[in-house]
Amino acid sequence: MRYTGHLDLQRTWERTFRRAGLPLAYTQGYNPRPRLQLSPALPLGCTSECELIDIWLETPLAPNEILTRLKDSAPPGISLSDAQPVPANDPALQNQVTSVEYRASLPDRLTEADLHASVEQLLQADSIQRSRRGKSYDLRPLVESLVLMSGGSAGRESLEMTLASREGATGRPEEVLLELGLDPAECLIQRTRLLRPPPQESQAN
Amino acid sequence: MLVEEVERKLERILPRVAKPGRYTGGELNQILKDWDRVDIHVALAFPDIYDLGMSNLGLTILYDILNQRENTLAERVYLPWIDMEAAMREHELPLYSLESKHLVRNFDLLGISLPYETLYTNTLNLLDLAGIPLLSSDRTENDPLVIAGGHAAHNPEPMADFIDAFVIGEGEEAIVEIVEALQAWKNKGTSRSSLLRELADLWGVYVPSLYRVHYTDVGTVSHTESIDAAAHLPVIKRIVPRLGQPVTRFIVPYIDITHNRIPIEIMRGCTRGCRFCQAGMITRPVRERSVDQVLDAIEEGIRQTGFEEVGLLSLSSSDYDEIVPLVNAVSSRFAGQNIKVSLPSLRIESVSVDLMDALQGQSSRSGFTLAPEAATERMREIINKPVSTEQLLNTAREIYSRGWKTIKLYFMIGHPSETLEDVEAIAHLCKAVLAEGRSVIGKRARVHAGVSTFVPKPHTPFQWVPCDTFEQIKAKQDLLRRELRGQGLKLNWNDPRETMLEAWLSRGDRRMGEVIYRAWQAGARFDAWQEHFAYEAWMQAFDDVGLDPTFYTHRERPIDETLPWDHIDVGVKKKFLTEDYLWSLQGRTRVDCRERCFACGILPKFAALRREHPGEIWECPEVRSPACKQTETIPLVPA
Repeated sequence: MRYTGHLDLQRTWERTFRRAGLPLAYTQGYNPRPRLQLSPALPLGCTSECELIDIWLETPLAPNEILTRLKDSAPPGISLSDAQPVPANDPALQNQVTSVEYRASLPDRLTEADLHASVEQLLQADSIQRSRRGKSYDLRPLVESLVLMSGGSAGRESLEMTLASREGATGRPEEVLLELGLDPAECLIQRTRLLRPPPQESQAN
Repeated sequence: MLVEEVERKLERILPRVAKPGRYTGGELNQILKDWDRVDIHVALAFPDIYDLGMSNLGLTILYDILNQRENTLAERVYLPWIDMEAAMREHELPLYSLESKHLVRNFDLLGISLPYETLYTNTLNLLDLAGIPLLSSDRTENDPLVIAGGHAAHNPEPMADFIDAFVIGEGEEAIVEIVEALQAWKNKGTSRSSLLRELADLWGVYVPSLYRVHYTDVGTVSHTESIDAAAHLPVIKRIVPRLGQPVTRFIVPYIDITHNRIPIEIMRGCTRGCRFCQAGMITRPVRERSVDQVLDAIEEGIRQTGFEEVGLLSLSSSDYDEIVPLVNAVSSRFAGQNIKVSLPSLRIESVSVDLMDALQGQSSRSGFTLAPEAATERMREIINKPVSTEQLLNTAREIYSRGWKTIKLYFMIGHPSETLEDVEAIAHLCKAVLAEGRSVIGKRARVHAGVSTFVPKPHTPFQWVPCDTFEQIKAKQDLLRRELRGQGLKLNWNDPRETMLEAWLSRGDRRMGEVIYRAWQAGARFDAWQEHFAYEAWMQAFDDVGLDPTFYTHRERPIDETLPWDHIDVGVKKKFLTEDYLWSLQGRTRVDCRERCFACGILPKFAALRREHPGEIWECPEVRSPACKQTETIPLVPA
């Protein structure tokens, strides 16, 4: 499941609604698209405990009914926690979320002491020039916080990061790990929280 | 290697490869059984990547049948893409199954789907990645039994060295008998060769190691000899008397694959008798599913998968008896669910436009596909696809006037007796179709021509004819590129070298095995993928083995030559194919054989089976016998 890209995830949701027999609304026109919006794209390979989805249904149904039917129809790897109605004219989730928290479990050979210095150095820097896919950018302003924690899952050290998630300014957890001299492929990265300035809960309409 | 170790290695490898979702399994509707609680473990493999293999209906059917058996499990195996293969070899991770992550070499049975010939080097690569000896003769009781089936297997000889047993024809019942034989053999604990003999005795199973091929002085096949009492001659293809319940529980991938749809086979076989078409000859007799069965399967398929598309599959959809009622029922029952219904392989007539009209509703009408296959009426008579140019243009006008902007036209070059004028006519016909479009919708009209090159396939009326040479194909394609240009026109064609490869592999004899082996050793794989096709490796392999590729492709074979696949009996008599070939040379055509039986041989071959299953289960007409006998002289080498 964690290797499912953003577009494929949208399709996975569309199929889940169809299996559940829930009347998902579609856009008008020659190429009707399902009316659903996901929270900012989860980087490939990351897991998450906090995704949001906005959906429009053709006919109103009780949130509990929707939740129950989705739970029965969701594929392995997706579990649903809550459904709530939201105002139809709320801004898109993409625009509501401003920052995202991630937790990276570090390889078990590493201890807090090994990383302490490099984390401090990153936080002290004014600017960190990196290049990704041939484009150079400054990583530093995208990192809002960075905290080393011990005793995470299976006793591993972990790194908690809060990264910016705004249009044109999205921090990627694997870039932070690379900057710290870590191999992202050796760290399990989980998204733990989506931060939205006026706090709201997950939803369905 | 334990499952846990496979998973550990994957944790490290997957973040570094493209599209890792191909290699994880765990999708909705996959079936994962407790390995230790079943006796027979079957790995079902498609020798290309996940994206393609997941759409293979044959393996899906076998997966369903095998997993319904309490004592059997079936899991999926696909070939890793180049980057993943390199990572697996680097980390010494052998090929594993997607469901339980057991190594393929620990399964009891490896079943490989071979729908087309350009998968042969991939098949060797698959065995190699699995750590299974490539040659059947090198395998022991500790290796899985390696079987293969599919359309390409109707000439099994080029792959005879690598496959322990082929299933010729339909696998639904044969796979169960094979698994039962395997289980009985496991219980007895006898030698591998005794298992192979048991299998050879099953209807439709061909065990190549129990046959020896003899050659003449000029290198053609003299005869194929059975060297074991259990090895039948000929090997008669397997069929099921009627199509069973269609599969509805399809695995729903997390990633985008080639066909994201519910495939429902509405009909098997084809009664049109196009002479170039191998599928039309080897899948006889025609059997249909009822409209109700199809509708129920669609409904259940949607409930189980949520797929956004349904494909109603057959070789010639317009010929399905109840096609209009089916399409009307589908469009009324599933309207408003945002489900696309595709109906491939429609005939060139206005009713096809009505059908598409009913199915597509108001959704986008991007392209409408027609396959005239040849551009002149003379050529279409030779290949027995008689459609008049006038009818084609009328249909085209109808398509444009109903809102489609693009018509895709499929042609083949290289048909027997084709001249450059016949090829040039392709350009003229495309322009004529475009002119119809312009008269209806103006400058928005488009014509896309897909021009492939004909390869004479085994078990067809054209099996004796030579392929065009590289130079002939080049000249024809150059002509098309010159003539078929201008606004609104687009042309696609195949690399002639790929056509040559397809021809060697489909027309080869048992000696081709060594060529395939050496080409694979020299790096040939993913031959069906243009960017990976290694022509030089193939030419070098022919050279090393001392075989001449043109012997297989450019030689007109005399009617009385023993062909490498003659010991495989697909139910259609060689006498019928010969007669049909001669008819083609005279420009004589045959009508749809639902209307009139041309005695292809399928009815007498399976007379007993049909008697056991009375009623109109096959689309063959009632044959009155004795028919009036006609004598026809068959020249040994046609003029």
